[in-house]
Amino acid sequence: MVGLTKIRHKSGNWIKFESLISVKSINFDKNLKTGNMKIPAELKYTEDHEWIRVEGDSAIVGITDFAQGELGDVVFVEIETEGEELDKGETFGTVEAVKTVSDLFMPVDGVVSEVNEALADEPELVNKDPYGKGWMIKIKISDQSELENLLSAEDYKRMIEA
Amino acid sequence: MKLTALNEVHKKAGAKMVEFAGYEMPVEYSGIKDEHFTVRDKVGVFDVSHMGEFWVKGPQALELVKKISSNDPTILRPGQAQYTCFPNGKGGIVDDFLVYFFEPEKYLMVVNAANIEKDWEWVNSQNDCGAELENVSDSISQLAVQGPNALSTLQKLTDVNLNEIRFYSFVVGKMAGLDDIIISATGYTGAGGFELYCKNEDTVKLWTAVFDAGEEFGIKPVGLGARDTLRLEMGYCLYGNDIDDTTSPIEAGLGWITKFNNDRRFIDRDFLMMQKTEGISRRLRGFVMLERGIPRQGYELVDSSGLVIGKVTSGTQSPVLGKGIGMGYVAREYSAFGTGIFVKIRNKTIPAEIVKLPFI
Repeated sequence: MVGLTKIRHKSGNWIKFESLISVKSINFDKNLKTGNMKIPAELKYTEDHEWIRVEGDSAIVGITDFAQGELGDVVFVEIETEGEELDKGETFGTVEAVKTVSDLFMPVDGVVSEVNEALADEPELVNKDPYGKGWMIKIKISDQSELENLLSAEDYKRMIEA
Repeated sequence: MKLTALNEVHKKAGAKMVEFAGYEMPVEYSGIKDEHFTVRDKVGVFDVSHMGEFWVKGPQALELVKKISSNDPTILRPGQAQYTCFPNGKGGIVDDFLVYFFEPEKYLMVVNAANIEKDWEWVNSQNDCGAELENVSDSISQLAVQGPNALSTLQKLTDVNLNEIRFYSFVVGKMAGLDDIIISATGYTGAGGFELYCKNEDTVKLWTAVFDAGEEFGIKPVGLGARDTLRLEMGYCLYGNDIDDTTSPIEAGLGWITKFNNDRRFIDRDFLMMQKTEGISRRLRGFVMLERGIPRQGYELVDSSGLVIGKVTSGTQSPVLGKGIGMGYVAREYSAFGTGIFVKIRNKTIPAEIVKLPFI
């Protein structure tokens, strides 16, 4: 994902504030409305709160409904890795909300084959339609076997509720 | 973690809560942008009960305030408030605050939540003249009702003629059937409106009454997230970001609250006078991004050759301008309005321009 836990800023009053928007510190009992949150069963997920829709040897990647809710209003999605071959866990882009910056990580090894150009003018699509028009990149998967390490919808739900 | 009197109200309203200055506070409800525009266009309400309040009373009250405040309290008339700061004796700032003049021998200082303990110790350490001090931070709540419809909203709840309360003035009166509400024509948004101080036990009733009165205007609760974007669009300093113990009020552009008149002896007077007359080597300035990119606290400011000329102290995407805006201290030769500078954002160097504040 979205390294909700990898917020970049340091020092000052807002640090504390910003770092507290990270997933780990959210008080789930009080803040998380799991009932309203969408976790489509047909998708795969990562611990970094990204979803992956596998289509043959390609996949579409975006961030989850939970992630967009935690980030708040997305105002800028910067992805400049089109055409690059990246390893799993490498940063393929950055998503900026009003108060936070988060890196976007490759869910599996692959080539970034396409970037969602619509996000340049309408970054708010990530909030409005995280699993649809708010998709971020398409990738060409290098090694299909890595898909087995991704989380199922059930696993992901359990992870964020834990 | 401390809770304000409205904690349950915020959670019921679906607020995202975070720890801020030791308090569990709402950071956003409907979304920062929505809340931001609610305040700019209509009316929004902030729970800012975490702020600190100190009474300064007795025959020596003015003597103490005169000594510790950068602004000149002797010019205040009863019912007036003033923005000011505590110089720290080393050329920096202990905190910025508001001082309210109720009557001779009675002042109220309103300080930042994160600095309550530090300020309380500081004020006491400077009180050799013997003013009576009382820290009432834990028993007073504060609501900021801000936006163009704030006056129409609150006027329904009080017989006090709110139109007659001039900017940076206040009245103590009845509101929503509650006695002794401090109704202050101040704020941290640039959108106009009032800040209301009440007793903790009256807070929920006041909040509820304000929301009922503002319903026709589309009133909404506003969190700390939009509080930051609203103040930054106005170029207002945030303690801990833009000003701190190492920045002088002159460098921060707070010369207008640093008054040398009436021969007033105050902490750091000579040093600040020297900075004012001899000049400073760096200056807090606002800048607007000329290309896509959002400046964030800590990012480096550089010149065209990549030389570091300062750092971002506050930055965000301005909801109104739809552009990145920020503030930071820059070397004097880069402080002229219109000067081109660059912000290092991740692996890129994005052009920006020094502009006059406010941004909007």
